[in-house]
Amino acid sequence: MSIFVSKDTKVVVQGLTGSQGKFYGLRNRDYGTQVVAGVRQGKGGTDVEGIPVFDTVEDAVKATGANASFVIVPAPAAAAAVIEAAAAGIPFVVCVTEGMPAQDEARLFNQLLRDHPGTQMLGPNCPGIITPGECNIGFTPTESALPGGPVGIVSRSGTLTYQALHELTAMGIGQTTCVGIGGDPVPGTSFIDCLSAFETDPETKAVMMIGEIGGSDEEKAAEFIAKEMSKPVVGYIAGQTAPPGRKMGHAGAIVSGSSGTAKAKMDALTAAGARVALNPTEAAELMAEVVASL
Amino acid sequence: MDLFEYQGKQYFAKFGIPVSDGRPADTVDEAVAAAEAVGYPAVVKAQVQVGGRGKAGGIKLAANVEEVRTHATAILGMDIKGHMVKRVWIEKATDIAEEYYASFTLDRAAKKHLAMVSAKGGVDIEAVAEEDPTAIAKLHIDPVVGLSADQARQLVDEAGLNPKARDGAADLLIQLYRCFTEGDCDLAEVNPLVLTTDDKVHALDAKVTLDDNAAFRHPEWDEYRSMQVMDDRERMAKERGLQYIGLDGSVGILANGAGLAMSTLDVVNQVGGEAANFLDIGGGANADVVASALEVIDSDPRVKSIFINIFGGVTRGEQVAQGIVEGMARVNIEAPIVIRLDGTNAEQGRAILAEHESDALISRPTMIEAAKKAVELAKARA
Repeated sequence: MSIFVSKDTKVVVQGLTGSQGKFYGLRNRDYGTQVVAGVRQGKGGTDVEGIPVFDTVEDAVKATGANASFVIVPAPAAAAAVIEAAAAGIPFVVCVTEGMPAQDEARLFNQLLRDHPGTQMLGPNCPGIITPGECNIGFTPTESALPGGPVGIVSRSGTLTYQALHELTAMGIGQTTCVGIGGDPVPGTSFIDCLSAFETDPETKAVMMIGEIGGSDEEKAAEFIAKEMSKPVVGYIAGQTAPPGRKMGHAGAIVSGSSGTAKAKMDALTAAGARVALNPTEAAELMAEVVASL
Repeated sequence: MDLFEYQGKQYFAKFGIPVSDGRPADTVDEAVAAAEAVGYPAVVKAQVQVGGRGKAGGIKLAANVEEVRTHATAILGMDIKGHMVKRVWIEKATDIAEEYYASFTLDRAAKKHLAMVSAKGGVDIEAVAEEDPTAIAKLHIDPVVGLSADQARQLVDEAGLNPKARDGAADLLIQLYRCFTEGDCDLAEVNPLVLTTDDKVHALDAKVTLDDNAAFRHPEWDEYRSMQVMDDRERMAKERGLQYIGLDGSVGILANGAGLAMSTLDVVNQVGGEAANFLDIGGGANADVVASALEVIDSDPRVKSIFINIFGGVTRGEQVAQGIVEGMARVNIEAPIVIRLDGTNAEQGRAILAEHESDALISRPTMIEAAKKAVELAKARA
């Protein structure tokens, strides 16, 4: 078992004909992901290394039964691409696009909520999602992943996600699903969405949660952990030494006033019963202890 | 990007928000000409991006041309909390009856726009929020639906503004919301929003933060950007397409990915050192990027050692190592470099680095060991 994506996931890539879309779309297919279609207006009827390209997502869904979309298009076109996928009935959309204006992102989130409640968006500006051995949508380096569980990972940062996968894999600890929710201010999928899915997934026995400074999603996640989670959680928050008022790379990673600090988030997680690490290596070590005691 | 007050007012004016007639001035003569144009009494306001400029003597009222000359001479070149005043804004003085507060921002937790209006203006709104939270009327706005005229009037009523200000303030809120949304602001704040003695509503200050991600659809922002005060190294990094933030420590940091870069600062701190910067080179690590990043870091005289922290993902370890070796060869770096390379094909990468291992390039297998070594070197060279 896994969350959000599995061997049955059929992916349409919006942006497959672009250089990045082609690189990652083919890479995902090489891993064994069912990449069934690409979409590019005006290029319907062509193909990219055997993957049929359609003019619209709707056409792609009709012809291939695609049930997930990988949106890899430039920022000005991203919101419309996600809405197109949702309107075509795609239930799970992964949007890796970086640099989407915050106003577009806020409108997109609320438009999905209002008009397409059946669609879950992951991202934007996220590294993607991998269920090791079954399905990889996005940038995650598959060499770092190990199938079979028992650990689920949810993270706001790309490289720290890979780091976590790598360290767990090096210790022989497998993963059920690893979700990168992205570092933007209005993520489509939150920590809580993932924690809740991991809680109900029978194969996931423990969860690693990697947060960052900025916003209050980690604090809300801590409340959820305290109230709803029976499975152990190991947490790590990046940016413990970040100065206030400066964006640390991600648009969402900023300490403003007294809110969004790493300390507040770490304290909230600790109070919720999670084990909190000071760095990624320690997080993996703590998870090894948790897994050993399962 | 945070705008200066005068830029914020110019931006407000584009959306029809009433602001005082004013002109920017970089010299005393320009200030005098500006005051002659707007009329007396005029206000001379230092343009710096730091609070408390009034208390520091950066805002002065001038009744006539001599006073404009005196104040502009004093304020131009003044140092306000480390910010040098290079420009003043001269505007027609306003006869204030009452001062209010209004702002729009994104509430990340609610994932909606947040409007805040208060009858207590001209003071720090965070202090008001703490001491008297009921004095602030708040409204969450669905970004898909927007702010209606009825909602704007309701906000004004709830905030308890003077009935004389009702229509003007409601109109201004609609205009300010348009500025916030169509103008792609992260924050659009008016503090104080004033009711004048002749019953007009008017933005007396402007605090605007623009969303850099939206710059592609706002070519007019270029003129604002040219005035931004940026540290030399930050400018150098930006020109090279790198995410760099200068800090105060002695260990230069180069990492791939924002999360890993933040984590690197944390680990350096945990082993007793202090980072000199945050620098994210993004996903890959080719020779050009590494060379540029090393140049930026090494140009900081406080840097005594450099910690390169790379996780090879889709870009494999051997390619990363090759990029680092080539990048290093292109620039003359004074500080010793400690590198930790992990991830996909890290062993092949480390083998390449081992061939170049020296006092100037030291490889360590883990993030913590590398951080310890970098901190030790920085201390030894301090």
